Amino acid sequence: MSIGIRPGQRRRQQTGHRSRLRPADTWALAVLGVAGRPVRALLSALGISLGVATLVAVLGISGSSRAQLIARIDALGTNMLTVTPGQSLTGGQAVLPRTAPVMVRRIAPVQSAAAIGQVDANVYRNDRIPAVNTDAITVYSAQTSLLHTLQGHLARGRFLNPATARLPAVVLGASAAAALGVDRADGTIQVWLGNHWFAVVGIMAPVPLAPELDRAALVGFPVARRLLGAYGSPVEIYVRTNPVSVAAVTGVLAATVDPPAPQNVTISNPADALTARADASVAFQSLFLGLGAIALLIGGIGIANVMVISVLERRGEIGLRRALGATRPHIAVQFIAESTLLALAGGAGGAILGGFATAVYATARHWHTVVSAPTLAAALAVAVAVGAVAGVYPALRAARLSPAEALRTV
Amino acid sequence: MTALELTAATKQHPGSPPVTALRSVTLTIGEGEFVALVGPSGSGKTTLLAIAGTLERPSSGHVRIAGRPVGHLPDRELAAVRAYRIGFVFQQFFLVPTLSARDNVASGLLYRGMPAAQRRRAAADALAAVGLSHRAGHRPGELSGGEQQRTAIARALAGRPAVILADEPTGSLDTATGREILALLTALNAAGSTIVVATHDSEIADALPRIVRLRDGGIESDSGSTR
Repeated sequence: MSIGIRPGQRRRQQTGHRSRLRPADTWALAVLGVAGRPVRALLSALGISLGVATLVAVLGISGSSRAQLIARIDALGTNMLTVTPGQSLTGGQAVLPRTAPVMVRRIAPVQSAAAIGQVDANVYRNDRIPAVNTDAITVYSAQTSLLHTLQGHLARGRFLNPATARLPAVVLGASAAAALGVDRADGTIQVWLGNHWFAVVGIMAPVPLAPELDRAALVGFPVARRLLGAYGSPVEIYVRTNPVSVAAVTGVLAATVDPPAPQNVTISNPADALTARADASVAFQSLFLGLGAIALLIGGIGIANVMVISVLERRGEIGLRRALGATRPHIAVQFIAESTLLALAGGAGGAILGGFATAVYATARHWHTVVSAPTLAAALAVAVAVGAVAGVYPALRAARLSPAEALRTV
Repeated sequence: MTALELTAATKQHPGSPPVTALRSVTLTIGEGEFVALVGPSGSGKTTLLAIAGTLERPSSGHVRIAGRPVGHLPDRELAAVRAYRIGFVFQQFFLVPTLSARDNVASGLLYRGMPAAQRRRAAADALAAVGLSHRAGHRPGELSGGEQQRTAIARALAGRPAVILADEPTGSLDTATGREILALLTALNAAGSTIVVATHDSEIADALPRIVRLRDGGIESDSGSTR
């Protein structure tokens, strides 16, 4: 605490009194000013409300969607790795050794591994379809442990087993089955695959971690070798590891798959890729966020407008307050507090509206509603800031009024 | 002791030609006086009150309130002078329609930074002084014109100012109610308040102990200090 007396303090001591407005009274005045004209307050806060509602709803809906996606990815398991051939040193496509799946299974934390192999054949609904109409379906040979490794599900029928892997039997991915028009998998439907009839024994449900299989036709390795001449080395190996050892397995996987040339092997984690995509999908929301920001801006201008009119109408009140002892800053602060309060009320209404919209949308899609507290706080803070800024010009006009003139012109 | 002292106070409003609202007015009002400022409209009554109440600065001349010169004070301190030393009463009552009479009166103490409870106690006292205790909880819309003006007088009175400046306090009231207000002001003056009333109603002015007549911004006659 300072002991010296500054000149200003000495003068004040002579006066003995100074004009003072308690903060609580400032807010009471603001409430009085806003509540005194309820319809006008409602209309002028509407712009801010819509802006904040837009921001909260856009962030809430994308947040809920993202949370849903992440939850689904987590349910699929983040402990699956894929091994694909990369570029060889000479720039050509590398080839994975045929021994790779067996080698991978010998890594201790690996729970299961399954490979798919290249087959140079196309699949058609029947033998009358022109050869160019491949429907973009790829034929792979698949190991019987594939479904288990993917933790995938069958929509119909069964997956390949050691018996059907030797026979002309095929399992179709979800999109491939739809494209071929196959909806039964009891073995009675045959498709024309590599100049042989193959019986459809299973149709897979979509596999989010390996979407390339949704548009694939899978046959056993033995039958691929026997009927389709495919001795193909693996084009992709799916590896399911102990969840705590994902990083360790990732570290040794390349060297295990191709000991002489580990640099030819590409390892990836599809769950990571999906998560990254979920994060990136938020980016398209920026358009809506921009719209929300514009609504906020217009809301702020609306408040400024209404406050300017209010200052003109309330010259008498301003004059009276000056006569009662208000300083110019007291008058300015009162009007800034009013516009801030308007914006805060509008922002709160908008936050409720936005949260409600998010809840309705999320519920309709069977998502969990995620409206984060930081989002709400930020939206309210922006609204308050807009209100405070909008109040500055009207407040300065009010403060600049000469009290005698303000009283005279009423 | 003087409550209010104007020395050669002149007010010119800029323009072409400039308008002189007040020319070289010298006026001393002692503590406890009850003064009528009379004159036709445009004679400078309102300007004189505004300058005496520090709402406006004179173009030249000096103003002292309770013996203290206020001409050089910055806006902040003039506001303090108004908050503590001067009570205003206007022709339009300037009551907040959504507040009770008591809260309207309490708002007279708002800019002293006084806690709300203390303000309300002072407001109750002031309402009692103008005989409106029974209407304390009513809003202005529920009060008659006379009651509204009494509420406004209580608001001016609540802070026990050195001087009460009333500009046409009976201007928007009928004759009978105007007389009631005059009687109230007389009673407050008898209880010790210094009061200056600007009015164009000579019937009201004639009832007051001291009459200052204004014409064209200057003092035409002054019946003289009663103290």
